Amino acid sequence: MGNFKKSKKGMPAISTASLPDIVFMLLFFFMTVTTIKDYPMLVDNELPMADQVKKLEKKDRVIEIYVGKPAEDLVKVLGAEPKIQLDKRLANVNEVAPYVLSELAKKPEAIRNLVTVSLKVDKKVGMGIVSDIKEELRKVNLLKVNYTTYEGNSLSGQ
Amino acid sequence: MPRRKGAPEVNAGSMADIAFLLLIFFLVTTTIETDAGLDRMLPPMEPPEEDVVIKQKNIFTVNINKNGQLLVEDELMDLKGLRKAAMDFLENGADGTCNYCKGRKDPASSDNPSKAIISLKNDRETKYSTYITVQNELVGAYNDLRNREAQRIFGRSFVEMEGEYLDPKNKDLFTASQLEKLKDDVKRIQDMFPQKLSEAETTSN
Repeated sequence: MGNFKKSKKGMPAISTASLPDIVFMLLFFFMTVTTIKDYPMLVDNELPMADQVKKLEKKDRVIEIYVGKPAEDLVKVLGAEPKIQLDKRLANVNEVAPYVLSELAKKPEAIRNLVTVSLKVDKKVGMGIVSDIKEELRKVNLLKVNYTTYEGNSLSGQ
Repeated sequence: MPRRKGAPEVNAGSMADIAFLLLIFFLVTTTIETDAGLDRMLPPMEPPEEDVVIKQKNIFTVNINKNGQLLVEDELMDLKGLRKAAMDFLENGADGTCNYCKGRKDPASSDNPSKAIISLKNDRETKYSTYITVQNELVGAYNDLRNREAQRIFGRSFVEMEGEYLDPKNKDLFTASQLEKLKDDVKRIQDMFPQKLSEAETTSN
């Protein structure tokens, strides 16, 4: 208490020297936990809506397959037919099975039978190509699929 | 003139501003994606050993044509009516063995929930969004029935119980016996209305 009485110049300024450290800590936290997509989307990918969804909890147990119409600048070259994107490249239906198997081989053995294939299909795509992919997945015995959707009322989205 | 105090200190006051700028940039540009969707199991490639005979009345056929119209049990139906129709079919309970069903016990419809099968067929031209909506409604029919039973037996909804069970965070929060009980409870409700949703191969015309 005695200290306060002695100070005649008012309250000393609080040092903000450690503020950058705190902010940098926050910054590094966000940089490490978030993932920036390192490859561009080559296909349109507007997912349909559904409300009876389950969360895909573990990222390392998911293999993603994108399907959609080629992106705007690619339409001229590739046409408007829906295409499959595996990682960074466009692929045909018959490449799905080898890709999925190679992805599966990269996973640790313990979780291989827990792997889910996440189908991120644009809502305007016809079912034909989706059925073909499903057939391919059945051939390699990867039966757990997740039709990835946005959460929302599906009936109003029609 | 020689300096006595050494180099003057660099003002670090604006360092915080720079760091904040970076932080805000990262906050805006990154999105933490939590993917969600409809989980399905595909049928295995190998056909079963012997042909299982399923009575026609135990199959609830849903056909989607290329225009997105629904043919349910050979009748045109609106998407909005699908969930109700599927629920009526699932809990019909014609053979009387299902004591928790509240269906009409119509002899022309399913015997009991464990025998009831929903068969979904679609055209190659069917729009994916329509297909997902139909899948969503059918899963919704199962979930509604399961929720009702879970509410009656455990006093909370099935979706909530299942979410709790599947959430990896709860592995640490709950004791082993709690987790075991939750698993059994979820299983019990699932067995009351087992999800039998068959996805036949698509037709091309």
